[in-house]
Amino acid sequence: MTGSVHTVAPRIAAGAAVMTAVILSLFTDTAPEAQSVAHTSSRPNVVRQGSSFQSTATQVLQADDGANPAMLWVEQGQKLWAEPAGTPSKSCAGCHGDATAAMAGRAARYPQVDPGTGKLLNIEGRINRCRMEHQNAPALAYESQDLLSLTAYLSFLARGVARDVRIDGPAAPFFASGRAFFTTRQGQLNLSCAQCHDDSVGRKLRGDTISQGQTGGWPGYRFEWQSIGSLHRRLRACSLGVRAEILDYGSPDYLALELYLAWRANDLPLEAPGVRR
Amino acid sequence: MTEIKRPTRISMPQSAKRGEVIEIKTLIQHEMETGYRRDAQGKTVPRDIIQRLSVQYDRAEIFSAETFTGVSANPYLAFSTIATATGDIVFTWTDLAGATTTEIRKLTVT
Repeated sequence: MTGSVHTVAPRIAAGAAVMTAVILSLFTDTAPEAQSVAHTSSRPNVVRQGSSFQSTATQVLQADDGANPAMLWVEQGQKLWAEPAGTPSKSCAGCHGDATAAMAGRAARYPQVDPGTGKLLNIEGRINRCRMEHQNAPALAYESQDLLSLTAYLSFLARGVARDVRIDGPAAPFFASGRAFFTTRQGQLNLSCAQCHDDSVGRKLRGDTISQGQTGGWPGYRFEWQSIGSLHRRLRACSLGVRAEILDYGSPDYLALELYLAWRANDLPLEAPGVRR
Repeated sequence: MTEIKRPTRISMPQSAKRGEVIEIKTLIQHEMETGYRRDAQGKTVPRDIIQRLSVQYDRAEIFSAETFTGVSANPYLAFSTIATATGDIVFTWTDLAGATTTEIRKLTVT
């Protein structure tokens, strides 16, 4: 019993030291603006999959298509691909044909700038653009079962394909604003994305290991949600975490951030649909 | 009994040697609403869960499981069985209202 007293005491001391450090840092960081400007985020030296920060059991679950619950949505997406929509009734397959051939690896190149409108589109945006322009069908709502199923399916078709997004030409301004979003302190906790996902990777945040914020596993199944969700839903959870403004699904800031995050993982194979805690 | 079409996934071999032990993995999309939660208006969200999975093969129930409110959404159940004869394996999930979701997979035994 005395052993446990000995082990607990240093822990309390260490905890107190961390608390003190946190409180001190609150007082010493008097010029957050200057800090955020000084912090120039770039690609991590060693790029790591998001799943590598999860427990072994979670990684095993993700790797097994028979057990990964997100595969339920992938299968639904496969069905939706062939399901007619709009007027005149036309399915995705009606134009694109077999998705396993036509769409293999395509998700790895998103987000990208739509040449017609000059807007930055992620997979969700591309699907809805296609629905409105070619199917004459209403856009699917973000986080609707249909849109999640289709994005899960298309991302699944790019599983194992190296991320390959462009940040030059028309994408450059979006990339710049994504980088600015990533490195700017925000919210009541006054934290930037970079402070966790560049500077504190591998450290603990409550029960979680702080990841590099890689996006290749999204859309993914999150135990906390008991469901699959989009990357933007995950970003909203991060915004909530630092007590910043929770932006709308598909908002320009999240889209630009999505591009920046994708670039940070360029060459890293996609692993969607991921499973996260 | 009402039959409801719910997304399911069943992972198992299509064929096996007689006497071989095969693993079968099942997933069904279901919210598994506990009945303990309240909505924004403070009203209790009615309980809605999958209550039972029963698997029939070769004129026998080879596996069954009862699930309760503590089971996560989209319940995953895996089990193993011995391949005895070529035939259908019938999976039946039953929810609290008694409605069922049925899937059939053929197993060829050589």
